[in-house]
Amino acid sequence: MVGLGHSRGRGKGYMSFSIEAVGIGKGENLPPSILQPTPLFPPVEHKPVPLVMGEEGEYMLALKQEFRGNMKNLPFYVRPAISKKDVERYSDKYQNSEPSDNTIEWNPDRGSWFSLMIGFCPFLSVTDTSLSTRVDKEEIIHNLEVGITLEEEVTSDEEEGEKKKQEEEQQDGEDEYDEEEETDYIMSYFDNGEEFGGDSDDNMDEAVY
Amino acid sequence: MTAQEVRLCGLLLQEHFGEVVERIGTHLLRGGAQNLRTIANETNTPLDLVKKSLCVLVQHGACDFGSGRRGPGSPVEYRASCERVLRVLRYPRYIYTAKTLYGDTGELIVEEVLQRGHMTMSNTVKTVADRLTHNMEEGRSMEYSEVVSAFSKLVETHFLQRCPPVAEMGTAATSTTPATPSTPAAPASTAPPTAESNPDCYKLPHVTLIGRGKRRRSSDDSEEQRGGKKAKMDSESCGDEGIYWLVNFERFHQHFRDQAIISAVASKLDQTSSEIVRTMLRMSEVTTTQTAAYTQPLSANEIFRSLPPNYSISRPILDQYLSLLVDDPMEFVGKSGDSGGGMYVVNLQRALANLARATLESVVQERFGSRSARIFRLLLRKRHLEQKQVEDFAMIPAKEAKDMLYTLLSENLVQLQEIPKTPDHAPSRTFYLYTVNQLPTARLLLQHCYKTVANLIERRLFETKENKRLLEKSQRIEAILASLQASGAEPEQLTEVEEMITAPERQQLEALRHHINKLDSTENQVDETVFLLESYIFSTKTK
Repeated sequence: MVGLGHSRGRGKGYMSFSIEAVGIGKGENLPPSILQPTPLFPPVEHKPVPLVMGEEGEYMLALKQEFRGNMKNLPFYVRPAISKKDVERYSDKYQNSEPSDNTIEWNPDRGSWFSLMIGFCPFLSVTDTSLSTRVDKEEIIHNLEVGITLEEEVTSDEEEGEKKKQEEEQQDGEDEYDEEEETDYIMSYFDNGEEFGGDSDDNMDEAVY
Repeated sequence: MTAQEVRLCGLLLQEHFGEVVERIGTHLLRGGAQNLRTIANETNTPLDLVKKSLCVLVQHGACDFGSGRRGPGSPVEYRASCERVLRVLRYPRYIYTAKTLYGDTGELIVEEVLQRGHMTMSNTVKTVADRLTHNMEEGRSMEYSEVVSAFSKLVETHFLQRCPPVAEMGTAATSTTPATPSTPAAPASTAPPTAESNPDCYKLPHVTLIGRGKRRRSSDDSEEQRGGKKAKMDSESCGDEGIYWLVNFERFHQHFRDQAIISAVASKLDQTSSEIVRTMLRMSEVTTTQTAAYTQPLSANEIFRSLPPNYSISRPILDQYLSLLVDDPMEFVGKSGDSGGGMYVVNLQRALANLARATLESVVQERFGSRSARIFRLLLRKRHLEQKQVEDFAMIPAKEAKDMLYTLLSENLVQLQEIPKTPDHAPSRTFYLYTVNQLPTARLLLQHCYKTVANLIERRLFETKENKRLLEKSQRIEAILASLQASGAEPEQLTEVEEMITAPERQQLEALRHHINKLDSTENQVDETVFLLESYIFSTKTK
């Protein structure tokens, strides 16, 4: 604290190096001090030449934009399996999001090179893997907990007897019921009410008891 | 594989194939050859997505696979090709060229093959016939035979070629006997076979395709589904399973190069000279290899016979034109002998070098002004000059010349060469010579071009993202309008829906569309410069 005031009285503008060495001569005009941040882009002295836009240019432009648009619809456009949602919802765990990529339609035709890419398992789509993992999970649970599996088998049989077609949805429903994450709630508990109220067209004068 | 190239490739992959493929592709481009597990681990992508992306990349020829470095037993390694991905930028030019040469049918064939990477002939013909039928009036449809004839023409002129046969390295890997160190490696596995190495490269398969294009109606969806299933069952055997066709980019590049030379001659001399050069190039299309420095010698008699019939010039006039072309400082045409009335060649390499030089000069002129361009041209011509000599030859006052030279030097367009007089390299006793080397400068400009295109794409993506809400709203309203019109609504309803977009929003949309169009067409034009510079650099590589 005491030593801070030491160099104050030594003389104006005392610096540890000589100013001449840096290149600023004695008494020379220094550049004006900058009062605002430097501009984002350097100033352009020579403006660029305008674009050549003839019929050919416009046709190629249309081709380019069409091509880009078409590529988005082809099966070659690989989308990540998880679609980004704006807010994480608790019901996400219990609802199946549809597979958003359409590569299921495309199988590489060139069987010869395909089989040569050693290390490749047969082409699996996203839903296949998820179903197979569910089946594996079932098996694991069966092997680990014998008593509970008997109970689960009984309940799943009952469910099969009760519910009818729409196999996949029902399968998912019964798989998730009790086995997935072991919740006590049925699937409709996790409905967020978005599909509700679609068919109430008649007048609601009568009260519902 | 410079940083700018990888960045541009990443953006192109993202636009055309999605983010997943972009991540895998960029990783492969940066890291060289890798096997499946490494890619999956280092990019933190689930294995099935990696497989899908690799399939997409191989389908489009951007990625190649081969046996691993540790010999036949190691896992397969994948390599991405930067050059191939950069071709995506030029797709509109290829499609447009096919249109000018072979009409709408040719255009659609090339577009379909480019979109799918590679396709069988029967598939292409069917899809193109369907698309053409869709655009025709009611009641008319496109015959398969017309499409087949356009396809054959494309193959005959080498614009389409067969896919190279797959390397037989699989047999070496799956054989039970382990490879001993003494046995030589299988010859097919070292380098991937190119399309040209296949002798059947341009042979059309014997396929009988009889039928007409089907018109797809959006109203009967169920019928279309059933029709689709039926089509799948019908495509059993048109006889060309396993024969896939892809676009021969090198042939298109040859065509572009010829066009560039012809237009350069036309603008430097006149129309007739350009016709003569066009004739010479057309005659040597099939005899010139891709990397030749000049075409095969052609005698003046042959040229005279092959001139187009509407260009009836007499023989002495042709000789005069040819001697004019030979004497021109641009050196497009050279004389290689005197037999047959004079043997003439087109100097392809020299022409490309001149075109690249003109590009460099024009870039300097547009960025730094005409006086700096004068200095640049001077240095190109005179090779090494001292600062005093530059000022004298260019006739520019000393202070400004110094300024311009230093600006060019800081941009790396001009280099400084030191020649010491004394062994101690004292600055007062050293010559400092300014010089311009054309090849490194061309490479530098090429990298600038890649950076430019990448910046243009990023700006376009940014503009689209900024106005995403507005774009979505306008798309929704268009969809509503279309459905209302299809179901026959009154005009008041239509105007009511149209008014949902306010006037300032409309203006904003219009401005956005204008900007995006401008950015897109700029990309196309920068690609023309990229092509010139790439061709020049490539022609100097193969000596």
